[in-house]
Amino acid sequence: MNRKKIQVLSIPYVIWIIGFTVIPLLFVFAKAVTSPQGAFTAGNLIAIFDPVHRKALFLSIELAFISSILCILISYPVALILRSSKIRNKKIILFVMILPMWMNFILRILAIQMLISKNGLINHFLSLLGLGKISIINTEAAIIIGMVYDYLPYMLLPVLNCVLAIPDDIIEASKDLGANRFTVLTKILIPLSLSGIGSGITMVFVPSMTEFVIANILGGGKIMLLGNVIEQEFSVTMNWNLGSGLSVTLMIFVLLTTLISGRTVSETDKGFVI
Amino acid sequence: MIGKILGKTYVGIVMLFLYAPIMVLIALSFNASRSRVLWTGFTLKWYTALFHSNAIMKAFGTTMALAFLSAAIASVIGLLAALAIYSMKRRDYKIMLFFTNIPLLNADIVTGIALMLWFVRFLPLGFSSVLMAHITFNIPYVILCILPKLETMDIRQFEAARDLGANSAYAFTRIMIPDLIPGILAGFFMAVTMSMDDFVITYFTKGAGVNTLSTLIYGEIRKGIKPEMYALSSVLFLLVLIILIVVNLLTGSEYKNSERR
Repeated sequence: MNRKKIQVLSIPYVIWIIGFTVIPLLFVFAKAVTSPQGAFTAGNLIAIFDPVHRKALFLSIELAFISSILCILISYPVALILRSSKIRNKKIILFVMILPMWMNFILRILAIQMLISKNGLINHFLSLLGLGKISIINTEAAIIIGMVYDYLPYMLLPVLNCVLAIPDDIIEASKDLGANRFTVLTKILIPLSLSGIGSGITMVFVPSMTEFVIANILGGGKIMLLGNVIEQEFSVTMNWNLGSGLSVTLMIFVLLTTLISGRTVSETDKGFVI
Repeated sequence: MIGKILGKTYVGIVMLFLYAPIMVLIALSFNASRSRVLWTGFTLKWYTALFHSNAIMKAFGTTMALAFLSAAIASVIGLLAALAIYSMKRRDYKIMLFFTNIPLLNADIVTGIALMLWFVRFLPLGFSSVLMAHITFNIPYVILCILPKLETMDIRQFEAARDLGANSAYAFTRIMIPDLIPGILAGFFMAVTMSMDDFVITYFTKGAGVNTLSTLIYGEIRKGIKPEMYALSSVLFLLVLIILIVVNLLTGSEYKNSERR
């Protein structure tokens, strides 16, 4: 085949990449290193060390970290249980487990809000049972619940795919060679599923860290993550330069996360179950 | 035995966690009163109210137009790009995939802000700016759905057709396209659902006056949610469910074909 001729087909996409991915990002960088008057400054980038911003950054990382760990702790046992079960069509189970993520994102958070709010369904049932009320709405715990609920399917999908793909022969062989169940888990199953866990972490940690909607709805607008600070700079304070500077910082952390977990988006991601 | 029961219980609890909130929304859409906790009888009035609400219907129309238009345009650009990327040498291939990954890996908030900063330079924010933003984040999904299909495809069939005298356009439409259809459709519907689900990027690029369902709901959360929204969420969930099942049937039949071969 004539390679050169076929590669001409990529021209619309290359134009699109330059016009809608590269140039817009350059604009963010340009805004980040200038003052509103247009003079060159590093102030917007250094602004992350401002106590308010630093606190927001640390809180974002902390909540994203806790959410990712919780997602792993919930997903991994599910993968192990499904692996050892005799159900023939495991793809169907996988489909059912990730189905909720196709519900509109905002509606899912709204549903969580209705469940855990002060006059919500959970408190209603608790009072029917004569138990005390829980008050987690507008706390960091509520935000974590929202994040875990929203992003759990992103962890379930790669982890399940990865664990279910480990061949039985390897497990059999190790058992024949005298490995007990704990050794099989720590020396075979976990090492062989690290790639799934890795892409799961990217898929959970990055959106959690950059989140502002969940914090707005479940945190009552009082708990500020870095995403909330940036959103406010663009919609309330209207300091686009500072907002861009903080966005660049956020991008650096996103980049670090993907480098550490060592995964790019691949066939294990959302939707490729179909 | 006990382990088995414990295992099933555990999976059941995870399922409950995943589905309880959605079930509550759906249940409330049939609840006669506006109460969020008390069941006061079955009604369909929120569904009829839904179809009489101008704001909701308009946002629904915008959402659908955006989803299908952006998915269609992204599918064309993405298909052409996938064919080109597939034929590239290793270095160019990697460069293209790197740029394809940027919108997928970057934080939505940064993508949204970046596009907004760029759009305000040359066009009023509105439907067209949101459309371009959606095309931007949809193309990568299309490419990543089609590329694996190209890589597992038997290129010799195409070459055989060429040897037997078919010109490349004819061989392409008769040999390659039928093999690629499942990938193209999967990419298209993936893009549709991604576009329907997006909030953050739409929020930053929409400007005043345009609303998708996501931004409409977000705006109403502070004012208090109307029960029509629960009805809407149930309809949306059903819609996405239908799309997913259709796509699964399409790709599922393709798996059977390849097994037969």
